Amino acid sequence: MLRLAPWIIVLSLVLPVVGGTLLTVPPAFGYLPVLGGDDWSFRPWLELAETPGILRSVAVSFGSGLLATGLALIIVFLFLSTIANTRFDRWIQRLISPLLSIPHAAAAFGFAFLIAPSGLLLRWLSPSLTGFERPPDWLLLNDPFGVSLISGLVVKEIPFLLLVSLAGLPQLNAGQRVMLARSLGYLPRVAWFKAVAPALYPLIRLPVYAVLAFATSTVDVAMILGPNLPSTLSVQVVHWFNDPDLTRRFLASAGALLQLLVTASALSVWWGLEKLIGKGFNAWVAGGNRQRSDGTLWLAGRGLMLIATLLPVLGLFALALNSVAGFWRFPDAWPGSVTLSHWLQALPDLARPFWMTMVIATAASVLAVAMVLAALEHEQRLNRPATRALWLLYLPLLVPQVGFLSGITVLSQMAGQAPALWVVVWAHLLFVLPYVYLTLVEPYRRFDFRWVILGRSLGLSVNQAFWRIRLPMMLRPVLTAMALGVAISVSQYLPTQMLGGGRIVTVTTEAVALSSGGDRRLIGVWAMVQAITPFIGFVLALLIPRLLWKERRGMQAL
Amino acid sequence: MERTSGHAGPLAEAGCLQLQDVALELHGHHLLHLNETISPGGVLTVMGPSGSGKSTLLAWIAGFMSPSFHATGRAILDGEDITGRPAEKTGVGLLFQDPLLFPHLSVAGNVKFGARGGKDDVAERVENALASVGLAGFGHRDPETLSGGQRARVALVRLILSRPRAILLDEPFSKLDTPLRRELRAVVFEHLRQQNVPAVLVTHDQEDADAAGGIIVTID
Repeated sequence: MLRLAPWIIVLSLVLPVVGGTLLTVPPAFGYLPVLGGDDWSFRPWLELAETPGILRSVAVSFGSGLLATGLALIIVFLFLSTIANTRFDRWIQRLISPLLSIPHAAAAFGFAFLIAPSGLLLRWLSPSLTGFERPPDWLLLNDPFGVSLISGLVVKEIPFLLLVSLAGLPQLNAGQRVMLARSLGYLPRVAWFKAVAPALYPLIRLPVYAVLAFATSTVDVAMILGPNLPSTLSVQVVHWFNDPDLTRRFLASAGALLQLLVTASALSVWWGLEKLIGKGFNAWVAGGNRQRSDGTLWLAGRGLMLIATLLPVLGLFALALNSVAGFWRFPDAWPGSVTLSHWLQALPDLARPFWMTMVIATAASVLAVAMVLAALEHEQRLNRPATRALWLLYLPLLVPQVGFLSGITVLSQMAGQAPALWVVVWAHLLFVLPYVYLTLVEPYRRFDFRWVILGRSLGLSVNQAFWRIRLPMMLRPVLTAMALGVAISVSQYLPTQMLGGGRIVTVTTEAVALSSGGDRRLIGVWAMVQAITPFIGFVLALLIPRLLWKERRGMQAL
Repeated sequence: MERTSGHAGPLAEAGCLQLQDVALELHGHHLLHLNETISPGGVLTVMGPSGSGKSTLLAWIAGFMSPSFHATGRAILDGEDITGRPAEKTGVGLLFQDPLLFPHLSVAGNVKFGARGGKDDVAERVENALASVGLAGFGHRDPETLSGGQRARVALVRLILSRPRAILLDEPFSKLDTPLRRELRAVVFEHLRQQNVPAVLVTHDQEDADAAGGIIVTID
């Protein structure tokens, strides 16, 4: 049974992604008998080509993805080049995990509440600095060029890229490399870029690709921050899918395939740029120029990172403020009165979606942790890496969600199946599994094998050794992985929305649905609930071991 | 390889640990070859530099050798061939460099963890055993609150109560400071003699070998 674990993981990830993508193909070419599409044709593609603004949609999806990823990566590298274990650095590093666990939708709403013409930032600057007595007539939010979308994505992806970079740095001996380069006469920041950056990038390449794939195809963030009329391609596709006119499914399927192409081309362009920049970079490194000052780099790295960390924190604050604001005139920095009425009003509607969110999140992360533990335990018993195929874990993160979810939706509807909870849980599992695996694999392999040997020499079977030694001793990382799984699941919008067919409602689908209504107070309440939910998991993951092993100091350190 | 003192006993001697024609290889590279019989209460001391395969020998006897090594020969314990048995079925107990007390269990919980021989009076046996190494009343303590020497004693008691039919010691004193090492060496060897089971000691400390007082095999 354990032997099958790695393969079950690979299959449960690959099958839906590849199968779903393939299932998108026939309807994209007019073939879907249940909807009366009996002949193969290019009609959906012609229809797609005639959609007003389709080129612009594609351009924004493509461009915003590339720009957001590039900017986020640049800011992370600039910051890393200035890192010196100061209090500021430790403060940033401590903020990474909480920032990472804020769901995308909540983060986007928070960002929107900050930068909107009547948002918190302009209120704080008005009228003293701007002279505005009324919100300016600017398209700060949902601008047609996707600037607000790009900024929101940059801010949201920085913590992730920073986390994977910090995980990679220790194996590079970054400190020594910088020292060496400095002893050769390079300024500290330049030393980092010349001696560490080229070695770090290959280590984080796959996560960077995942960020790029996400940024080109995100739906919830683009619905909240992206342009309207036309919106980004992925948002268009989802609208077509949800159209009561079922014949729109053909158009939607063609759009989903187009989205795959857009993401694939963004990835190839990035790959090309990687080669190009790599070459130029090598020439720069080998050129041996010593700059006279790198103060600008320092300022940019620190400053941009400070802004990128402050914005989400302020965004959450803006959400909280809006959720309790009474009457709030424009240039006023603070609400005239504070009220709980929005919360009390929303509470009855919140209960069901909240529990549904928890049920799906718990199921997906428990399943994911069980599967990953089985695979890792198998690997330990074999005493060699289980299977190389586990790199396929990244597959669901590299293929746009709309691309394969649409195929699965079509399949389950063809089978006449009503939206089922297990299908939604499985879809969440696709995105939870990779992160759970990545968090557990290191602690699992680092675990001193002598504990298990000792246990077995004391008469325990391999299975008993797992339950009585490894699992209790690894409870903390296991619970942390589970909490991360919950956070990932809570932030999922599209899998619930598409596969749930509107009948499975979570806090996230409700919050995103509110974005079109524009009721700030209500959005504030729902987005706050969405943002807080993952923290419940992290708090439990922190508290349970502490309570369980109150008297065991050795367990606090592990 | 050189061998000093001791003697090879007759085949299948009761309670003996027999290592018959044991040869270890790593990637085709020959590490060691042994042919020894350890009688109950006797100690075989294996000395040699690190990387000589002496710890691997213990891993092979106890049933958890890394698959990158290759071993031939047989290990016979009390007339039973234990070669290749899973670790929990060999009846061989281990003492490591580190005491390795489970951090999630109390001192008594650690000792009880491996205790064999019925559940009825186990609490009493644990308490008596702890008392026998000067740790009476320590049962409820968190292992983390003990001193290095106390932890090593708990590990010894845990090993003894698991009633091993043979005992393997992997440099058990090497991480202790000199006075503590002497004291613990005395306690451990006294308990080993009381148990009257064969033991294999791996070390590179000549004083360990002298205290053990049995056959000494040196690997180069």
